[in-house]
Amino acid sequence: MGAITAAGLPALLPAAGLMHDPGATGRFGDYGGRYVPEALIPACAEVEEAFREAWADAGFRRDLDRLLTVYAGRPTPVTPAWNLSAELGVTVLLKREDLAHTGSHKINNVLGQALLARRMGRTRLLAETGAGQHGVATATAAALLGLSATVFMGQKDMARQALNVHRMRLLGAEVVEVTSGSRTLKDATSEAMRHWVTCVDEAYYCLGSVMGPHPYPWMVREFQRVIGDEARAQCAAELPAAIPDYVVACVGGGSNAAGTFAGFAGTTAKLVGVEAAGGAAIAGGKVAVLHGHRSYAIQDDHGQILEAESVAAGLDYPGIGPEHAHLHDLGRARYVTVADDEVIDAVRRLARSEGILPALESAHAVAWVLRAARDGELPLGATVLITLSGRGDKDTTTLMEIP
Amino acid sequence: MNATIATGVAVGARLRERRDTGRKLLVPYVTGGVSADWTAYLAAYAQAGADAVEIGLPFSDPMIDGPTVQEASERALHRGATVRGILADLREVRVDVPLIVMTYYHLVAREGHAQFCAALADAGVRGLIVPDLPLEELAELEQAAATADVDLILVAAPSGAPSRLREIAVRSRGFVYAMTAMVTTGERAELPAAAGEFAARLKAHTDLPVLLGFGISTPEHAAAGARAADGVVVASALMRRLLDGATPAESGAQVRALRAALDADQD
Repeated sequence: MGAITAAGLPALLPAAGLMHDPGATGRFGDYGGRYVPEALIPACAEVEEAFREAWADAGFRRDLDRLLTVYAGRPTPVTPAWNLSAELGVTVLLKREDLAHTGSHKINNVLGQALLARRMGRTRLLAETGAGQHGVATATAAALLGLSATVFMGQKDMARQALNVHRMRLLGAEVVEVTSGSRTLKDATSEAMRHWVTCVDEAYYCLGSVMGPHPYPWMVREFQRVIGDEARAQCAAELPAAIPDYVVACVGGGSNAAGTFAGFAGTTAKLVGVEAAGGAAIAGGKVAVLHGHRSYAIQDDHGQILEAESVAAGLDYPGIGPEHAHLHDLGRARYVTVADDEVIDAVRRLARSEGILPALESAHAVAWVLRAARDGELPLGATVLITLSGRGDKDTTTLMEIP
Repeated sequence: MNATIATGVAVGARLRERRDTGRKLLVPYVTGGVSADWTAYLAAYAQAGADAVEIGLPFSDPMIDGPTVQEASERALHRGATVRGILADLREVRVDVPLIVMTYYHLVAREGHAQFCAALADAGVRGLIVPDLPLEELAELEQAAATADVDLILVAAPSGAPSRLREIAVRSRGFVYAMTAMVTTGERAELPAAAGEFAARLKAHTDLPVLLGFGISTPEHAAAGARAADGVVVASALMRRLLDGATPAESGAQVRALRAALDADQD
């Protein structure tokens, strides 16, 4: 066994201020901030104040922990991918967010924010959604806590994720079709923010990823860090060296990756974020101010934000959360891309080797591991933790249409 | 070597001078590059009695704009409109009213604050509105704009606390842009009753003209809004007709009707 503290957790390296509180300005190095119209400044400040207060309140933490346990089904297990590990010659562990209630990690963040909204006296949740997983989680939390929910979703995503549209409506949410621009997550986010301007007094904007104006990137990472904290303890039990050599997660806005990385930023693990090739903010983008924060986004020669193109609706986003931009600049995390065809192969491979059908989004992380193992980038005997952010049931129709 | 002398008409000086004669101010808007002849609208507005003209530099993700300006921005971008192209068009325009650019912060920051402001001044643009840049993030652009003799016009929202509204009124240049209500841009049936009261609150903090905008859709709205404020900004109501095919002459007539309502209300 590696270095294990009395608490049963691996010893942390000095974290050098990584993935901590970004302070009043919400800055992660040069990134983050609060670039919103004056109209939304008081609402953002109110969310920040309420979150700081709640996060320091043992009662709030207790309520959230209980919901995460008895409602969302936490802790989710870490499952060794026995067959795949044998085939690849590396030890692959899967952090099973696909087993959380509603089928993805999105519920972790939403339960936190919905409790916060109720504490702030708000009666309605607003949300944007791409693949529909955040929308479903928001509709779910709203139903549980007696709030109403309005979810903005691009027309293109409503067509390719029709199952999740039905789920949201069954749960009592209103789904608003967004027909502007790309008709995907980018424009759904813009529309949710515009709508928030008109109803700041009664509605709470329940943002689904580590993006948007301060405090959202930080708050959502804190609500998602349960993934990384659990996984670190679980890896200590599974691995002789306690800490995996690599920690890999898919990145759209980057919430499951941020939550996972938060548990490992202070360890020796190499952190790898996997973006869709068609929406690679870091590999293909430049610095941009979009949706309330400064980070990277793909854009044309004149600075207009480009539409992402990915088979995974949840990664069909031109930007990336600001803290990822910072981790990239520091070299603490590496951001790579995989193409749609590699992703489809990864879904099929994991389904057949382990009996686990991952979401197309989550399969990006699997696809990179398959490639890196094949190319020798992952040495034989390496240990890899993959966060499997969601399950693939929602993608069955999409997959059936691909030969 | 001499510093570059800014061309164009200064926003603050002109608007204050006109306001002080008792005139109610009218600032119509056009999306830059929305049509091949888009600067003809600008000239028509000026001829029809505009006191300044606001020009939108289209951005792919206009966060505070409703459906009409979104559509105009998409159309302009689809036509290949760019910041440089629009500013080049403006350099060819000769009008005796101040020109004000409205755009989103990303398009400013990527050029660099000083370079962007210098490019505006070089094109005869003497005012700038950046609606997604709040007070906390303002300092750098504020300084660059002042250096380039460009008035950085701040937007005040009804949700702002009194201390915040005071700071906006104090730091704004040119005029103070007051939102009529907590809405995105776009035509509306009614002008909220609270709009006038909000403008009056801002006027208590500043000698700059205070103009109401967001949802001023008809000559009646314009006249009503200008009773408490010093004038109005009109965007979507003009852009809707323009997108539906209004010629520069027809848009000019629309501005003339707004002008007439503002002037009639004075009598």
